[in-house]
Amino acid sequence: MAQHIVPRKIYFAVFTALIVLTATTTAISFLDLGPWNTVVALGIAFVKATLVVLFFMHVKYSPRLTQVTIAGGLFWLAIMIALTLSDFMTRGWLPILK
Amino acid sequence: MADAIAPATPADPGHATEPGVQHQFDTMEQQREASSFGMWVFLVTEILFFGGLFTVYTVYRHQYPRAFAEASRHLDIALGTFNTAVLIVSSLTMALAVWSAAVGRRKAIVVFLLLTMALGGVFLGVKAVEYTHKFHDHLVPGPSFHFPGPNPGNAELFFSLYFTMTGLHAAHMIIGIGILTVLVFKTRKGRYTPEYHNPIEVSGLYWHFVDIVWIFLFPLLYLIGRHIH
Amino acid sequence: MSAVTVPPVPEAPVEPRVNYLNATYGLKSWLLTRDHKRIALLYLGTVTVFFFLGGLFAVLIRLELLTPAGDLVQSETYNKLFTMHGVIMVFFFLIPSIPAVLGNFLIPMMIGAKDLAFPRLNLLSWYIYAVGGLFTLWAVVHGGVDTGWTFYTPYSTTYSNSYVIVTAVGIFITGFSSILTGLNFIVTIHTMRAPGLTWFRLPLFVWAHYATSLIFVLGTPVIAVTLLMVGVERLFHLGIFDPKLGGDPILFQHLFWFYSHPAVYIMVLPSMGVISEIVTTFSRKNIFGYKFVAFASLAIAVLGFLVWGHHMFVSGQSVYAGLVFSILSFLVAIPSAVKVFNWTATMYKGSISYRTPMLYAFGFIGLFTIGGLTGLFLASLGLDVHVHDTYFVVAHFHYIMVGGAIMGYMGGIHYWWPKISGRLYPEGWARFAALVIFVGFNLTFFPQFILGYLGMPRRYHAYPEEFQVLNVMSSAGASILGVGYLLPLLYLVWSMRYGKQAPANPWGSTGLEWDTPSPPPTENFAVTPVVTGDPYHYSPEEVEVVG
Repeated sequence: MAQHIVPRKIYFAVFTALIVLTATTTAISFLDLGPWNTVVALGIAFVKATLVVLFFMHVKYSPRLTQVTIAGGLFWLAIMIALTLSDFMTRGWLPILK
Repeated sequence: MADAIAPATPADPGHATEPGVQHQFDTMEQQREASSFGMWVFLVTEILFFGGLFTVYTVYRHQYPRAFAEASRHLDIALGTFNTAVLIVSSLTMALAVWSAAVGRRKAIVVFLLLTMALGGVFLGVKAVEYTHKFHDHLVPGPSFHFPGPNPGNAELFFSLYFTMTGLHAAHMIIGIGILTVLVFKTRKGRYTPEYHNPIEVSGLYWHFVDIVWIFLFPLLYLIGRHIH
Repeated sequence: MSAVTVPPVPEAPVEPRVNYLNATYGLKSWLLTRDHKRIALLYLGTVTVFFFLGGLFAVLIRLELLTPAGDLVQSETYNKLFTMHGVIMVFFFLIPSIPAVLGNFLIPMMIGAKDLAFPRLNLLSWYIYAVGGLFTLWAVVHGGVDTGWTFYTPYSTTYSNSYVIVTAVGIFITGFSSILTGLNFIVTIHTMRAPGLTWFRLPLFVWAHYATSLIFVLGTPVIAVTLLMVGVERLFHLGIFDPKLGGDPILFQHLFWFYSHPAVYIMVLPSMGVISEIVTTFSRKNIFGYKFVAFASLAIAVLGFLVWGHHMFVSGQSVYAGLVFSILSFLVAIPSAVKVFNWTATMYKGSISYRTPMLYAFGFIGLFTIGGLTGLFLASLGLDVHVHDTYFVVAHFHYIMVGGAIMGYMGGIHYWWPKISGRLYPEGWARFAALVIFVGFNLTFFPQFILGYLGMPRRYHAYPEEFQVLNVMSSAGASILGVGYLLPLLYLVWSMRYGKQAPANPWGSTGLEWDTPSPPPTENFAVTPVVTGDPYHYSPEEVEVVG
């Protein structure tokens, strides 16, 4: 992130992609894709977030430590959600402990 | 013990000679590296901070998918989409503010910072409108909550999460606008140069992060259940 | 006791000259300082106040428990006593103590830096801590909280009539103090190490604080947002955990313990870092298995985040999730055990010196081991069903927190006292106090293991008559323990004025911090040192300890 100056046209390209993706996600939400609605919506959100992180936040040009830091944070959030959900999703498994 | 530590040679004075370098750092490069890394570590704490709410959301949506979908339909998708676009534009203007600082265009920095702040203000204005609508529709949790549909209790959970998550997000936006205000003043005083503009960079990181939180809030709150008729 | 000499020129204690304590005078120079060493002392003052306040609540608890009947205070009051004891000790003493006092003071010096990466954030950290403390003090004065330090819903959100929000706000605010400290340490250790100071040349104290800082940064935000949700539910009726709406109180517990379990590693890891420094110095031997100890710190920090459900085995949590948490809880004991083995191996064939810091280290190793082993009992799902919410649990965590963490804190304060104050503490009194603390501690808490196993529940102010003898023993122990803690307060303060002047390195220890005068100058090092060797490099020759 230090001295690398990102050309403005990259910013505009990313911006365009983000707007297109936003319109897309709103439009798709009206189609019935069953359980895939959530997957697609979150997938698009992840792509948008990745574009912001890599280009607007310069992570593409940042040291490895930055990337490890972000990954660590996201991984920790995943631990919290996954292990918590593991309780709620397995409660019904033992019939006596409903 | 003496063999493990050798005193620095006289050629290394041990303190910074570059202007703007704080006393605890040796070089501007070290200071910039520390400052950026520090902001990233802070953003990790913010991931976990908002993450607690996302965890609650995930659990309850897993348990009450239909109630959440039904409740979500009462949010204004047009205003939500508009606000998402507003924040994306504000991220562009923020990135351009940082770019302007890197190339030394002081007036451009101020213009882009002010644009970013204005867009943030628009976002907050729209949110205020939305909150007012919810108030009038009796969809604010509490004694006056009234949900016209099945599972009103679970719907109230959805709205509790809606207000808490977007409220926390809005608080972060307000703080962000405050930070940018300070930056505008300092920029006009000529504090920033292509060699030293790290405060603008790290403030940009914060602003983009708040945008990313919204990028996830939007589909999770506004876009579930739109396809169900 | 072996005689030891400092290899280079033995430094005679010098007349006071300019150091960080006397460089500038006046209240403003302290309250607006950016010097990490002064900030450490600001913290020392405030954590000490909170320690004795928390101790006061403990005294009241133990007084009530002298008799089986609930005759000293009403049950509602008793609920407030154990809540305030827990809240104050956990959030305002144990969590900040070593990192904010010893970590702040020593980390820059140990890595050859002039200060932390963000000195102003460091000062802000202290102010945030103080403001959070004031909120909690306000709550104490106005009648306190009675929910337990665990704030379980729906009692805390809906039914309690006590000052939940004020206390929650106090803890929320103080949490940011922790976050900023952790952030500061991480950035400092990554970016400001002296030339030649590679990661594997760092003192283990620094490794321990790095691991702790990871927990600060990853865990604290979660308790913050959880308390925010409790506040929002209580104040604005945004029912997030309300069962009437389909909310789940167990979800609160998940979020609460996601932080609060790693929090116990925040409390003990820095202490372990202190022990590594003390054991090497007073065995005059390099640490056994440096990399194992360093990685064990990281392993504890990481694994510590995966075990929180062991606090919820009987809460209604899924049995399958319980199984997973139980296995992981056994795993997290392993790196702790590795450390205990390595400290012991370090002492083996070392030249042991029974100075006060080493006495505390011995205490730590023994008592932490007992605490840790009883943790395995609790990690075992089936056993936990029997002893959950009994005094067995209370005894377990006090063995770790007091027998472990606080002993490390006391050992560290004594070990670095000459560096911090420029004075030597009185060794005779210090050893006596350490002994009193050890005896008092065991008399207080060992009976509680038995009480818990026999079935005495925690958080009750009355109990069946057959438990009285053990309770009386415990209360007697507590009074001895109290005296033991008062003694250092007295003689350390005394030493600041009347203690012997300390040389730069009274213990003949390795480490960059001992290369500076006692007390050090404000900028620590006139020139940035260059490191060319390992952190522990004790020669097998005899050396003489001054003082």
